[in-house]
Amino acid sequence: MAEKMIGASLKDIKKDPNRTFGPPKLVVSRLSTRTEDEFGVAVEEVSFTVRAGEIFGIAGVAGNGQNALLDSLSGEVLGEEREAISLDGHPLGLLNTTGRRKFGLCAVPEERNGHAAVADFTLADNSVLTARDRLKMVVGGLIDSGAARTYTGKVIADFAVKALGPQSMAGSLSGGNLQKYIMGREILQRPSVLVVSQPTWGVDAGAAAAIRQALVDLAAEGSAIVIISQDLDELLELCDTLAVINEGRLSQTLKVGEASIEEIGLLMGGVHGTGEQVHIEAGGGVAVQA
Amino acid sequence: MQFRLEKRPQPSRLMLYAAPILAVILTMLVGGAIFSAIGYDGPGAVREIFITPLVTSYKWQDLGIKAAPLIIIGVGLAVSYRANVWNIGAEGQYVVGGVCATGVALATYGMTGWWILPLMALAGVAGGAAYAAIPALLRTRLGVNEILTSLMLTYASVQLVYYLVRAPWKDPMGMGFPQTRIFSEAARLPTIIPGTIVHLGVPIAILVALIVWFVMARSLFGFQVRVVGAAPHAARYGGFSENRTIWLALLVSGGLAGLAGMLEVAGPFQRLVPGFPTNYGFTAIIAAFLGRLDPLGVIFASIVLAITFVGGEMAQTTIGLPAAAAGIFQAMMLFFLLAGDLLIRYRLKRVTHQPTEARA
Amino acid sequence: MSAELLIAIIITVVGASTPILIAALGELVVEKAGVLNLGVEGMMLIGAVTGFIVMFTTGNPWLAVLAAAIAGMLSSMIFAFLTLSLSANQTATGLALTIFGTGLSALAGQGYSARPVDLFRSVFPAELATHPVWRVIFGYSPLVYFSLIMVFAVWWFLHKTRSGLILRAVGENDLSAHSIGYSVIGIRYAAVAFGGAMAGIAGAAFPLLLTPQWAERMTAGRGWIAVALVVFASWRPFRLLAGAYLFGLVMTVELYSKAGGGILSTIPAELWAAMPYIATVVVLVLISLRRTGSTSAPACLGKPFLATN
Repeated sequence: MAEKMIGASLKDIKKDPNRTFGPPKLVVSRLSTRTEDEFGVAVEEVSFTVRAGEIFGIAGVAGNGQNALLDSLSGEVLGEEREAISLDGHPLGLLNTTGRRKFGLCAVPEERNGHAAVADFTLADNSVLTARDRLKMVVGGLIDSGAARTYTGKVIADFAVKALGPQSMAGSLSGGNLQKYIMGREILQRPSVLVVSQPTWGVDAGAAAAIRQALVDLAAEGSAIVIISQDLDELLELCDTLAVINEGRLSQTLKVGEASIEEIGLLMGGVHGTGEQVHIEAGGGVAVQA
Repeated sequence: MQFRLEKRPQPSRLMLYAAPILAVILTMLVGGAIFSAIGYDGPGAVREIFITPLVTSYKWQDLGIKAAPLIIIGVGLAVSYRANVWNIGAEGQYVVGGVCATGVALATYGMTGWWILPLMALAGVAGGAAYAAIPALLRTRLGVNEILTSLMLTYASVQLVYYLVRAPWKDPMGMGFPQTRIFSEAARLPTIIPGTIVHLGVPIAILVALIVWFVMARSLFGFQVRVVGAAPHAARYGGFSENRTIWLALLVSGGLAGLAGMLEVAGPFQRLVPGFPTNYGFTAIIAAFLGRLDPLGVIFASIVLAITFVGGEMAQTTIGLPAAAAGIFQAMMLFFLLAGDLLIRYRLKRVTHQPTEARA
Repeated sequence: MSAELLIAIIITVVGASTPILIAALGELVVEKAGVLNLGVEGMMLIGAVTGFIVMFTTGNPWLAVLAAAIAGMLSSMIFAFLTLSLSANQTATGLALTIFGTGLSALAGQGYSARPVDLFRSVFPAELATHPVWRVIFGYSPLVYFSLIMVFAVWWFLHKTRSGLILRAVGENDLSAHSIGYSVIGIRYAAVAFGGAMAGIAGAAFPLLLTPQWAERMTAGRGWIAVALVVFASWRPFRLLAGAYLFGLVMTVELYSKAGGGILSTIPAELWAAMPYIATVVVLVLISLRRTGSTSAPACLGKPFLATN
């Protein structure tokens, strides 16, 4: 039943079949992180390129380095290589999130409460959290709360967020509505590159469709988009290209439509597609010669 | 009848402001009952401690000079606690601020000039901030808990005062008393209302609270402090450094405590004495909480606490209440406030039983 | 150094360490259950004044210690009710308890200052402690033996009993302990009560073991040092024993430096008095340097628990 509903909503997404891609926008080359805690998985030598207008998906089973990848792309965790991440040729590797946002790289982490939004803050204050520079909400060190409220009102209206208004506490919104607000807050900043993790996780079918359409529309305007998701159906529907992350390593980039589900499934199971020979045994088991 | 806690969809604004007032009223009721129970004149104690200072006009000046240091230290602590940085060593930073200001006063002894007091204030702020920098450094570099370090340094600072007034800074003409000489005129805080003891520190305290209120409410710095305190992960996502915020929180709260120390030593004391550590730094913790970690709230909370100080002193002579009584009332206010905080996020809901069930 | 002096020093170290050790053992159990009670200093003062008054009026040290334990436990229940039943902030409530205990003890002790009481002396026959070496073993107050037994008892309880396992589970993962069916709040109440009783006894050790009189704030921050020691000991009872005796040694050096002469006596007395506090900071720095990666603190330490049914 739910599958049917989601299936129906997925079909509603309007994509230009004749879309073309511009020059490379986000270039990640040999990005590595260190593990912060004993449970974290680091990423190792991750490289990929996303062109203007392209939606790039990163598939994978949860806990294979997705969080570390998002944190190092957003700038929450700083790497040591200046050139590891670049946007339109500008190296961003040593900038924090604020610095990267100024260049147009925005990100949405997976966890809503306490990470992407502060539950005890109003929605307007949550807009100040990430949109203050691009929307000029800070003048001379002081917060222009009028600008924050105006922008938040626009997010609420454009993304049909069910909230009393910009002064509502983020914690008072339902999970789906908070996610719509968060996605709207980043998308309406018109980022040049948007990196999102689990954009429709825990969101009802209608809201998920709206969020997906907004991502497609943003790409159509020439932004490069990276979607990290465990929902393979979602990635196949939205993305132009995708790669698979497993134990912190990223596979080669595959073209959606050309790659088979089996191939992606194998990659998700830990079989790297590069330079390795894969044998599928009779029983269905997979053996890899490294 | 049974009650159950139910989470409110939005934190209650009404309870946010009503809880401190409720706490004061409950303290008066329960405190009075307790003092009656242990053999004192309970209603009399409440009247003397909470009401008499307010209706006795010649005590108003005492309220002002007792509230001033509490306000200055309290607003600094409010900033720190907002950032989830638990500086409880404000007493030590206050003491070191007073010591540094005394150093300037003694070095410029006998000189005149308008610049001496500002220099003392600068020394006080720098001393308090430097003393708070130790817990900041240890917390940000090594992850050492700032609660314990800032408190331990407080005990050490008291010994520093004892040493200074006993040996190197002892008044040569002091007949052996362990204290410094009285500061010269230029190093003493002027009174602002002739004929009273109200000194320059009182308007400075109000000014400090207003400035800090403005900064916390309107500036990006205030926003940063609030985000880091409320959700450190989100703060990092928003581009705010937690370590930087810890540093700023401790330097601001330490610097303000140091300023309060300077104003006390140059105002009411006019010399350094072993009794200089007066626990303002600890009482200001109550002021910060009772004032809802809001600088304007801290002004009101500090006045309430000053009333209990002055009332407590008066009650010693009028109805023979012990000196410690005021402290107990102050701690009770904090207890009731912390208990009342629950009502901001939760509300009591009556559990409705089955209609057939009879209620006892 | 003569044997006599050495023995005198050992006895002083043991005496100075005992109250810290008792209070820290209580706090260790509280923290193992996931609760951070910063009111140790206040509960100790309440225990100290209670122990003193009962000793002064009855002359019975056993009764004094019992009364101090009950007083400490009762005061800890204020903390427990606020933080466990009402989910108040533990840091702030602990501070409030210390401020409250300071005031309440000063109030209760009014009029008792500078009135001497008897110390809680050894219960062994005096003949056993005549020889200096025997005195090192049999010459102490029952409180000292109590503290040492409790080190073992706390270790045994936490690591060898089922109840101890449950208590640690509550401190490490309150949600799963709750889902298995244990009463997280109830167990934490019990732990806080134990911590309060131990702090009360530790407080009573000041008038009964160290200085036989009552003075306001006579615990002088030892409750805070006990809290620091729990961190120092990485939440392990036997390390706590070592830590407490190390602090006892630092405090004893202070006493002997004044009398001893030589280089030590040129150091200002105030610096010696500040030494336990400075040493605490230094110790905290040292353990943070030693610690690599993960801490051994209970995972739920200081976090409120709200059962949602």
